[in-house]
Amino acid sequence: MNRLISPATPDRAAKVGLWASAVLSMAILLFILGYIVIEGISVVNIPFLLGSPVLSGAKGGILPAIVGTICLMAVTLSSAVPIGVGAAIYLAEYASDSVVTRTITFGVECLAGVPSIVIGLFGYAFLVIYLGFGFSILSGGLALMAMALPWIVRTSEEAIKAVPLTVREGSLALGATKWQTVSRVVLPSAIPGIVTGAILGIGKAIGEAAVLMFTAGSSLLMPSSLFDPVRALPYHIYILASEGISNPMAYGSSIVLLAMVLAINLGAIAIQAHYGRHYGRN
Amino acid sequence: MDEIEIESRSLNLWYESVHALKNVTLSMPKKKVTAVIGPSGCGKSTFIRCINRMNDLIKGCRVEGELLFEGRNVYDRDIDVVSLRKRIGMVFQKPNPFPMSVYDNVAYGPRLHGTRSSGELDKIVEESLKSSALWNEVADVLNRSALDLSGGQQQRLCIARTLAVNPDVILFDEPCSALDPISTAKIEDLINTLVHDYTIIIVTHNMQQAARVSDFTAFFLLGEVIEFGKTKQIFEMPEKKSTEDYITGRFG
Ligand SMILES: Nc1ncnc2c1ncn2[C@@H]1O[C@H](COP(=O)(O)OP(=O)(O)O)[C@@H](O)[C@H]1O
Ligand SMILES: [Mg+2]
Repeated sequence: MNRLISPATPDRAAKVGLWASAVLSMAILLFILGYIVIEGISVVNIPFLLGSPVLSGAKGGILPAIVGTICLMAVTLSSAVPIGVGAAIYLAEYASDSVVTRTITFGVECLAGVPSIVIGLFGYAFLVIYLGFGFSILSGGLALMAMALPWIVRTSEEAIKAVPLTVREGSLALGATKWQTVSRVVLPSAIPGIVTGAILGIGKAIGEAAVLMFTAGSSLLMPSSLFDPVRALPYHIYILASEGISNPMAYGSSIVLLAMVLAINLGAIAIQAHYGRHYGRN
Repeated sequence: MDEIEIESRSLNLWYESVHALKNVTLSMPKKKVTAVIGPSGCGKSTFIRCINRMNDLIKGCRVEGELLFEGRNVYDRDIDVVSLRKRIGMVFQKPNPFPMSVYDNVAYGPRLHGTRSSGELDKIVEESLKSSALWNEVADVLNRSALDLSGGQQQRLCIARTLAVNPDVILFDEPCSALDPISTAKIEDLINTLVHDYTIIIVTHNMQQAARVSDFTAFFLLGEVIEFGKTKQIFEMPEKKSTEDYITGRFG
């Protein structure tokens, strides 16, 4: 017998190593959260959440930035979701030519890889100047769409492809057309996946200060239309910290931004749970 | 003589280069059950999927010959596939309810074809579920997800869904192969009732089932019809040796 190391040993080592990686990932998140909360929690209170900035944000609140951020997300989602889901449906259901499919997929992946500063610059040249939208919620939201789109296309496409062929056949066999089948059976089944994509996309996009500073502007006033400039939270945080205006205010604003992203995630979980009851199993 | 509802004449089908149906000539009588039997891979599914043109979905699938429904070739260019499938329903091997409520599953077809009034839909849903012997089990849970039903209930729901569009013909592709014996017996009873109003064609690999539910039987082997006739005759006095071998379980 020369079995010095039991075959179970490497197995156990792998398990411990993987466990350590998982714990480390979690620890990084907790460390970041903890640090930000400790540094910023002292400034977070009702006047901070509901007030307007004073002295460039050194004092006062951040309500205009919160409202601006929400408006930007609304514009981004309402433009990126229809386009992204439309592209995903085309790729998953209609594009029979594999060259076309691969070209579009490759393009979408490249878009995911374009650095945010480049998208910001392009957004400035095209949306702000050429189309004349100026520094505004509209320009910012549309520029962020380019950040969110790849996530939405990819996850929606996967979700649509995951709907079993047998279910599509069931619909077609009842005399449904292809579009009726896609819109009434396939898309509803794919909703949890589409929601996940939208959340991933918006969560990634909304933090991009580099895009926002070129497109949404830096106004600290409350916006009253889509064409008003706003200073989104990430950019506000950047200015507060980089210009030495107030570190506690920067951390306090970060807490609010994190809370907003967390709230979106929780909303997504709720939507998935709701649809999961109907669509998730099988 | 029985009136013929569906008839195939020298039907040939290729998947790319695979010759899956060879000169299939068969006549299926109206309001009778015709069973299609034969070993796995002999072309049973391929054949019945020609009748409602489900094979159209498969790339590289080519059909030659004629498949007549009420005397018209369903492969004619001016045939509208959507109305064809409305009149020739299909129940699949694996229950495939839509991921929506029991009610919406049954109402799906009528809604597609323009029924809007909720009173009318309620009536269709109830009648279809009664005809598929499912009403008593689901009357109280019409709003529950169809995916919560058992496999046998799901399959009867798929039958109800098919009945709701009021077809003339129902194709069954091994409808019981994923079900337990009790559910299977329920579906067989149902088929014996439905045949009063519908022309039924059923693929099955279960010999007893073919004997129990069908009036006529076609035996397929390697894409060809080896023998076709009254079920009683096929099972009691088959003319061909290979039919007898298959029925007595000597191969397959
Ligand atoms: N989509 C397809 N593409 C290529 N070949 C297929 C396809 N579907 C079935 N076949 C082939 O056609 C033959 C008949 O298949 P099928 O009709 O499914 O048989 P059965 O239902 O009798 O088991 C088999 O050889 C099978 O491999
Ligand atoms: Mg089959």
